[in-house]
Amino acid sequence: MEKIAGLYSYWIVVVLMMAGLYIMIARYNLTKKIIGLGLFQTSIFYLYITMGKVAGGTAPILIDGEQPVYSNPVPHVLILTAIVVGVATSAVALALIVRIYEEYGTVEEDEIKAIEAAEPEA
Amino acid sequence: MNVQIPALLILVPFTAAPLCVLFRHAVASWVIAFCANFFSFFAACVVLSHVRSEGVIRYKVGGWMAPAGIEYYIDTLNAAVLVLVSGISLIVLVYSYHTTKKEVSLSKHHLFYAAWLMCLTGLMGIAITGDAFNVFVFLEVSSLATYMLISFGKDRRALTATFRYLIMGSVGASFILIGIGFLYAATGTLNMIDLAERIPDSESQRAVLVAFSFICIGVMIKAAIFPLHAWLPNAYTYAPTAVTAFLSGTATKVSLYVLLRFFFSIFGFEFSFGQMLLTGVLLPAAIVGFLLMSLVAVFQTDLRRMLAYSSVAQLGYIVAGIALASQAGLTAGIVHIVNHALVKSALFMSVGCIIYQIGHAHRPSFDNLFKRMPFTCIAFIISGFGLIGVPLTVGFISKFALIEASLEQNYWWLAVLILVSSLMALVYVARVAEVMLFRKSRQETPESSGMSEAPMSMLVPMYLLIAIGLYFGINGSATLSLAGEAASQLLSGFTMELSQQ
Amino acid sequence: MEATVANVLLTFLAVTAVGIIMLRDLLAAVILLGAYSLIAAGAFVVMDAVDVAFTEAAVGSGISTILFLGALSFTRHDQKPRPNHSWMALFLAVAAGGLLIYGTLDMPYYGSATSAAQTNPGLAVRFLEESGSEVGPPNIVTSVLASYRGYDTLGETMVVFAAGIAVLSILGLKRRRPGENAPLDAPGDKTTTLVVNSSADDGSIASPNEMKRYPRQRHRVLQVVTKLVIPFVLMFGLYVQFHGDYGPGGGFQAGVIFASGFILYGLIFGLQKTRAIMPPSALRILMCLGLLLYCGTGLLTMVLGGNLLDYNVLAHDALHGQHWGIFTVELGVGITVTGVMISLFYNFASKRSL
Repeated sequence: MEKIAGLYSYWIVVVLMMAGLYIMIARYNLTKKIIGLGLFQTSIFYLYITMGKVAGGTAPILIDGEQPVYSNPVPHVLILTAIVVGVATSAVALALIVRIYEEYGTVEEDEIKAIEAAEPEA
Repeated sequence: MNVQIPALLILVPFTAAPLCVLFRHAVASWVIAFCANFFSFFAACVVLSHVRSEGVIRYKVGGWMAPAGIEYYIDTLNAAVLVLVSGISLIVLVYSYHTTKKEVSLSKHHLFYAAWLMCLTGLMGIAITGDAFNVFVFLEVSSLATYMLISFGKDRRALTATFRYLIMGSVGASFILIGIGFLYAATGTLNMIDLAERIPDSESQRAVLVAFSFICIGVMIKAAIFPLHAWLPNAYTYAPTAVTAFLSGTATKVSLYVLLRFFFSIFGFEFSFGQMLLTGVLLPAAIVGFLLMSLVAVFQTDLRRMLAYSSVAQLGYIVAGIALASQAGLTAGIVHIVNHALVKSALFMSVGCIIYQIGHAHRPSFDNLFKRMPFTCIAFIISGFGLIGVPLTVGFISKFALIEASLEQNYWWLAVLILVSSLMALVYVARVAEVMLFRKSRQETPESSGMSEAPMSMLVPMYLLIAIGLYFGINGSATLSLAGEAASQLLSGFTMELSQQ
Repeated sequence: MEATVANVLLTFLAVTAVGIIMLRDLLAAVILLGAYSLIAAGAFVVMDAVDVAFTEAAVGSGISTILFLGALSFTRHDQKPRPNHSWMALFLAVAAGGLLIYGTLDMPYYGSATSAAQTNPGLAVRFLEESGSEVGPPNIVTSVLASYRGYDTLGETMVVFAAGIAVLSILGLKRRRPGENAPLDAPGDKTTTLVVNSSADDGSIASPNEMKRYPRQRHRVLQVVTKLVIPFVLMFGLYVQFHGDYGPGGGFQAGVIFASGFILYGLIFGLQKTRAIMPPSALRILMCLGLLLYCGTGLLTMVLGGNLLDYNVLAHDALHGQHWGIFTVELGVGITVTGVMISLFYNFASKRSL
């Protein structure tokens, strides 16, 4: 029981991550894939932050003359970096989607494949 | 050696990238890129010779002692990777001067070279660092730059190829991120040496195991190891020609380096190959990979696609060497990383010359090619010999080492399979050579007769690479001893006695 | 109590995720993704990660949503109906998820204070106990981000820069149909429809349907309110930039907030007016300048005899040096992020070159 209470949040986060991964693999729409990527990555951020939490802790900002329990700042730093990386990747992906739509007139993966199959070799 | 050289090695191309964008001048940005890259190459050579004579370099970035800060950890293996990456980048950069003019619109040249520099910085940043999370950061730097470089391709299929690579690459990077997170939860550290010390004592062995699996899969996607290679053929086929030559020699090789680092130095030989039975997973994947992909390559009509599939096959040899998990196997794997990079970059460069002059690389529509581009054809054929593994070429050195390593463990069937796959390589190279040498033009048109060789600035770097390849093919002991040194360092884990800086 | 709140938020997240999977309408899915980020940001606050929450709220539900909407305004809003299940994908996700859950079984429990991560004297404990005297800023996250792991942040800044120029090269400059570079939007004619109207001027990308959905009309109230709000947004950006040592915030968050001020202006008053205030060439320079400031700090530390990004050598006193180092580095990040974010917005909004 203690185990369930202690690990519950990890499990939910894992399920959320896999929901994102599922969208990325299963959906044909390119934009939807990137939405899935966003879901996947945000859930990974959640996983990291969960690891840094200390029960009864406070944000890791030093207070003069007090010695409170602080949560672990390391995952926060890592995730700050990862968030930036995530939005950068999404931005590039979305730009590609716009161009793909211009060139192919669709953003559905299977339709694009059909169009490409009809083209001659490069 | 100046103690700051390892840091400058990264910082100089890093700083050069925004400078290219700032000046927004096509030729100036090429010059900036060339100078920065030349410096990095020079610095990498200095670092390599220092590491081989004086031992491992550890450099404290920010002046903070690891594990609180990030450090560089440079031993023979990553010093060699640094030299390889910066060297190939430098040679291809010279080559790219003309192809880029033709393939990328002039108003974008500064962006192109900035992306090139960022890709180089990212790849070298991955290779030099001793911090697990830092690997992720620089992996993303190089990935974003690579997406951008591929999307410069003229064909609209470059866009979809980039997108597919982006999706797979992001999944791979996310897996690595998850893996590092689990490692952090299990050990509380990010520094590679610290990780190696703490992993065996961790109370969360299951988390360690999961971290191992996720990092493995993530890096294998990035390295395009069969069966996770789906992004590679299209990306290599539709990228600008110079970019393909650059990436084929560097990007996947750096990912393989990361794999080696995690397998041997961080998780340790015992864990990876004892507990995780890695040989049982890697070896079948490698064998199916090099057999199947060589077979697929035989049936390709587009030269670049053919070479791309052949790349996946050749990566299979490297993985097979690693999977043998012996000093000899590892040496063969590492030596093939270097040798294949030399050969494949040269091949892609020669195909690039053909595309530069003829506009396509579609084998059935070549005619009279030898008469028109004799130097390019000779370059292709010599490098093709390297791919097959003909004696006196680099390919022979590494295949011989690999076969020796497999015989050492009585895996004679593996040796046979390698030979079979080499025969297939012979078939696909020969099919191209035949068309190049013997097919005469069906009708005499003005442009199909007479010489129309690629410009010197493309031929010279290509032949330089081939010459380096031949040198290491004849004098195989140079690379073999280097690889042997790197392999024994890997097998013995992180070295602690070092020239601390 | 904290744990309960976090778990409730987690349940919200799960519901949102189901919504994202099920919805066919991409616009709705994007908005839900923004909501997902916002809820996650709330949970981050509960879990004491205030800096991360700040960034996630600004980026995940702010900038990211704007970029998605920008892309959607060019493409279709709905995903085409397909067979709803992909067994292969389901299998892969379940396998990976199962493996991860297996891995969590012997992980430290949520909130544990004795886990390896919390007790490692090399990292967490060192940062909590020493950063005040070694680096200075009360905000430990800032200390670690800009000093102990400043090299990571250097890489991160380059990732942002890379994204900026990647989008520029993919969307900008090269036009499929030349001769279409006519002014994309009439000044003062924008509603909150982001780029939809601007593309409609091209007459080719936006469908008549979209035109009907977003009638072009003046929104006086919005314009007045925007003019009132923007100074405060920019001021808040500056505050976050320079107060990051003491509270949550720092260069990255500040850059995003600063950029959002311009983006808001662009949404309400049109791209042309925004361009007049912040020309694209200025953005290009900003992008480079920020990164060069960061690299320059690194070079300076080396010239002064320290290692790369060792701020101690920047002043006579190590703590002062750290202070100056963090200040310039954060400023560099802020400048680059501002430039890149506005540039991303320009590119998605107009697809015209810098």
